[in-house]
Amino acid sequence: MSARQTYRDALREAHRSALGGDPRVLLIGEDVGRYGGSYAVSRGLLDEFGPDRIVDAPLSELGFVGAGVGAALGGLRPIVEIMTVNFSLLALDPIVNTAASLRHMSGGQFHVPLVIRMATGAGRQLAAQHSHSLEGWYAHVPGLRVLAPATVDDARGMLGAALDDPDPVVIFEHAQLYNVDGTLTAPGGDPDIAHARVRRPGGDVTLVTWGGMLPRTLAAAAELAEAGVDAAVVDLRVLRPLDMATVYESVRRTRRAVLVDESWRSGGFAAELSARLMECAFYDLDAPVERVATAEVPIPYARQLEEAALPQVASIVAAARRCLGGSA
Amino acid sequence: MPVGRYPVPFDRDVAVELLRQMLRIRRFEEACAEQYGLGNIRGFLHLYIGQEAVAAGVVPLLGPEDSLVATYREHGHALVRGVAARSLMAEMFGRATGCCRGRGGSMHLFDAATRFYGGNAIVGGGLPLAVGLALAAKRSGRAGIVACFFGEGAMAEGAFHESANLAALWRVPALFVCENNRYAMGTALERSQARTDLCGHAAAYGLSTRSADGMDVVAVRETAEAAVTEVRAGTPCFLELQTYRFRAHSMFDPELYRERAEVEAWRARGPLHTYTDRLKAQGLYGEAEFLALDAEVAAEVRAAVAYAASAPTEPATELLRDVTVAA
Repeated sequence: MSARQTYRDALREAHRSALGGDPRVLLIGEDVGRYGGSYAVSRGLLDEFGPDRIVDAPLSELGFVGAGVGAALGGLRPIVEIMTVNFSLLALDPIVNTAASLRHMSGGQFHVPLVIRMATGAGRQLAAQHSHSLEGWYAHVPGLRVLAPATVDDARGMLGAALDDPDPVVIFEHAQLYNVDGTLTAPGGDPDIAHARVRRPGGDVTLVTWGGMLPRTLAAAAELAEAGVDAAVVDLRVLRPLDMATVYESVRRTRRAVLVDESWRSGGFAAELSARLMECAFYDLDAPVERVATAEVPIPYARQLEEAALPQVASIVAAARRCLGGSA
Repeated sequence: MPVGRYPVPFDRDVAVELLRQMLRIRRFEEACAEQYGLGNIRGFLHLYIGQEAVAAGVVPLLGPEDSLVATYREHGHALVRGVAARSLMAEMFGRATGCCRGRGGSMHLFDAATRFYGGNAIVGGGLPLAVGLALAAKRSGRAGIVACFFGEGAMAEGAFHESANLAALWRVPALFVCENNRYAMGTALERSQARTDLCGHAAAYGLSTRSADGMDVVAVRETAEAAVTEVRAGTPCFLELQTYRFRAHSMFDPELYRERAEVEAWRARGPLHTYTDRLKAQGLYGEAEFLALDAEVAAEVRAAVAYAASAPTEPATELLRDVTVAA
């Protein structure tokens, strides 16, 4: 068995093996080289692979993400790192208008094998311009694949699979996860970028989540277990294309669903999940679907305010209890 | 100001080819306008008439290993690059045999065979793309440069400034061709830039710069040749070509922002008739030859329209193809 490692280390290993395995792969981003990556994912890679493969970019998100699109079109396999999801808004044009559209717009003549990684999410008192959860926006866009690795296995395995995808892939790495450690279940991690995973089986209620909300959703499930409630936890992992079959399968068994989403409730990704449950699993449900989401406020700085804004173990547990109608 | 102050310096083949390409664009565009009027072409249609010397002067300098990125006013570039007129016209008709299976239309013409990367309708959107394509060309070690066409309006976009810096910083083989037609839709250059010297903007980022009269296909070709040589040697370049759009911005534009007299003055400098006159005056080309060439070009365009008109439409059952590889 392999030793325990952090999510960050698993990501670095994934980069190392991608860069080592294919000379077309290069990493482009702000401070990915000499600085070692703002979250230290790429530390040491510059020394190992040199400046042609680990490319420090100026603070030009639109420019270097667009250049990543062009480089992918030109035959390279770029990984573009964006420091944080909020900065990705400066690059929405090349991502949405170009990368996601090009295959269709060109009648299938061109495709964009580009991987874009970015840190996302709140919980570190970084306030309203470094803390948001906008993966649902990206998951809205046809032409993109959207991944949310939440485990060491996924951090290790998803990048290589994303590079093999002939179309653009956006990977959201929750900043709270970088220091989380775990043990790989397989040497290369989990390379599946098409399916959700049941992280905890259970028969009473299905908790559905992804990314940074997975650890606290599992903590909520553990707390519910102490009270005799057997909660299943489904980790979506892939937000587009969405694997609802795994969700329906669990919900058919538990007949109750709680959706845990770190983005804002209004128009958030949980709203899409909820709608699909209504459309396809309505008669399997014994209770209305519950959503646990972030309060409708730009993420505030002060610790107690930030905590109050975000889904917490207690709010997940409370939602599950509501869903169970006081039977637990 | 007259167009072209010295004799056409090219041998006859090159000289006539420049004329032929400009004429192809002109007649193709006239046919587009006509088909738009008939309702066969819909959506936005941006005509290139008046700017033909730019595409005709620059594009033939690119070889098959080079790539081209253009804007939504790109019919001319695609034609000169070698995309079949009938495939372009069928695309504008929205037909299944159009170059993009009717997914793109006038603003999104793409062609993999000729490395024609669109057809980009976000102003400035093609520039970072060109930087990346040029980076890939450089890294692969294969010959090949990237020519990126855009209007002066794009120079107000951050995309221009970020791309100019990246190209110079990474020293990628990119040629930025600014077609300065003086109006970003209806906004004149002096109403959108505090500094109207466009080469100055580019030079500030470390790009090599050149400027030429974009109505004179001779000046365009000579200046572009020097720029292309420099890019092939590894220096990214910026080329400003001063030109003018004779038609409205799109078919919806009532042209309230410019005087008729101004348009007429630029029409008098039109690239096609001034160049034809020069060739005739030099004895390089006769009226009979011109008429024969015009007839040949007209036949190509007529055939393109006929092809498009009878081309099959894509069934709606094919709607979701080419979104991702799996779909």
